[in-house]
Amino acid sequence: MSQTVISLGLVFATFALYIFIALRTRAKNTGEFYVSGRTISAPVNGMAVAADWMSAASFTGMAGSVMLGGYDGLAYIMGWTGGYVLLALFLAPQLRKFGRFTVPEFIGDRYESHGARLLAILATVVVSFTYVLGQMKGSGIVMAQIFNVDYRIGIFIAIALIILYATLGGMKGITWAQVAQYWVLIIAYLIPVTVMSLQYFGIPLPWLTYGSALDKMAAMEPQLGIFKPYTQPFTTTNIVDFLALTLVLMVGTAGLPHVIVRFYTVPTMKAARWSAAWALLFIGMLYLSAPAYAAFVRYALMNQVVGQPINALPEWTAQWTKIGLLSIKDANADGILQWAEMTVGADMVVLAGPQIAGLGSFVIGLVAAGAVAAALSTAGGLLMAISSAFSHDLYVSFINPNADENKKLAVGRWAIAITTLIAGVISINPPGVIVQMVAWAFSLAAGSFFPVLVLGAWWPKATRKGAVAGMIVGLSVTIAYIIMAKWGGVKLFGIGDRAAGIFGMPLNFLVTYLVSLYADKPSEQMQQSVSDLRYPEELTMLPAGGDD
Amino acid sequence: MRELLEGYARHHGRIMIALLTVWALVSYGAALVSPTLNQVKFLGFPLGYYMAAQGSVATFIILLFINARQMDKLDEEYTRRLNRDRQVS
Repeated sequence: MSQTVISLGLVFATFALYIFIALRTRAKNTGEFYVSGRTISAPVNGMAVAADWMSAASFTGMAGSVMLGGYDGLAYIMGWTGGYVLLALFLAPQLRKFGRFTVPEFIGDRYESHGARLLAILATVVVSFTYVLGQMKGSGIVMAQIFNVDYRIGIFIAIALIILYATLGGMKGITWAQVAQYWVLIIAYLIPVTVMSLQYFGIPLPWLTYGSALDKMAAMEPQLGIFKPYTQPFTTTNIVDFLALTLVLMVGTAGLPHVIVRFYTVPTMKAARWSAAWALLFIGMLYLSAPAYAAFVRYALMNQVVGQPINALPEWTAQWTKIGLLSIKDANADGILQWAEMTVGADMVVLAGPQIAGLGSFVIGLVAAGAVAAALSTAGGLLMAISSAFSHDLYVSFINPNADENKKLAVGRWAIAITTLIAGVISINPPGVIVQMVAWAFSLAAGSFFPVLVLGAWWPKATRKGAVAGMIVGLSVTIAYIIMAKWGGVKLFGIGDRAAGIFGMPLNFLVTYLVSLYADKPSEQMQQSVSDLRYPEELTMLPAGGDD
Repeated sequence: MRELLEGYARHHGRIMIALLTVWALVSYGAALVSPTLNQVKFLGFPLGYYMAAQGSVATFIILLFINARQMDKLDEEYTRRLNRDRQVS
């Protein structure tokens, strides 16, 4: 059987499972469509958050960036897990207690302002769309690998698949389908790492054995002409950029609309905290394994690929050269492949890992199926956020307040289809590697949402004008810095485009704070309910006039 | 009632500060001194690398479960106090 048939079979089998589950639990009315009727338990919700969270960036892109960056790539590992601490401490329970369907709705109601809400809608669309770009590239690459075609054809297949998937069901469907997806992708990720650990070090516990891989690689590096040791910090970037990136990824995690919306699906503040804890445990299983995955693939490249005759390289080298993520040039014309003669793209490392380590067709297909699950589940969640921004926030509130349920669903579905098409067209020439594009989305979320959400939930005196000014400044500064750093060559303190939010976020805090001090005042009633947000429901749900 | 809520806020604040301190130390603290930590071996890993790749992540997970448990206890404690106060009055 050819690789394509095996991979496709696994993708279809898993896909049939998700669609079966999605159809079984299909959305019946709009309330369910958005937040699943608020009836989901903490571990289940945690698993759905995990599947939503672990996108093409975590699954397909991250280990590659860790491999190419060495220590410096670990900013992604710490950043994308540490953010949950901020989320659980500062936002998830409080926003749950405030109880609104979407982030723009929270911002609009908390700040008692249509303008603030409109801005939040705009920011949601910008953040989610940037994030979708990363998913699109991830889907395109895996389709190209499965069908053994050019990357561009892969993108077209991905567009069709994502539209089909995202318009099929609402979040109710997606919650249970995502539990299945979580298991598919975590198993697909752990099997190759575990097998590589067993193959190279005789013990199937990758988290313990990759220390030996690091040791052996350190010994080989000088012979192979590698002068930046893998575990040495700050060789590909400087310490300021590293810390800024880590912080922005954490803060962005806590401000990401499609993640926060998940915490409305639990019944209480208590359940929101437990959901966050379970989510991070499930996410941690992949994040703890990613550096091991990276180390083993690098080890395999050093031992099994480098030093081979160039005209007798394994089949996968030709495939990935065709996809455009690998380039091999015999610079010194000795017919032997040297480390420096090979340029490996970050986004091929996970998918090609089993091929590089010679793990066999089943594992290769399994990883491909996991990559499809990761990209689709997150794209689904993001497109839902975009779709509800258009149908729930924009269309009903500003255009047609009398729209019936069918009309709203139709608007939401059109938003999904059009967004996917635009993202697909842009992804034909992707502006960066997957984790980089996704890091922009985090910078944008950190710059636009996090400050007004935190101040909105914790500071009763934060005002409408403050929030509007803060979001405008935060969002525009972040966008401007991404563009300047990426295409204009400007780098303040050595901070790169990925960490642009490090400028937008504090400015947003500052502007919201200062403007709130001097301009207008929230209603007494709102100030009271914001001061109540930090207390558990039991302490503040008092009978009317029954106390003091 | 006001006193009760202030007590709750104080306790809550203390839990948050403790958790955030650990959170910052295992990530930013360890990253700042990572070149030095890397001189030390831990479970066969250079310690600086280990902290960023595994130590920090494992700590974050533990912190969140501690947070959920401690906050449950706090909520129960203060709900009990509230009910007691009500019965008295």
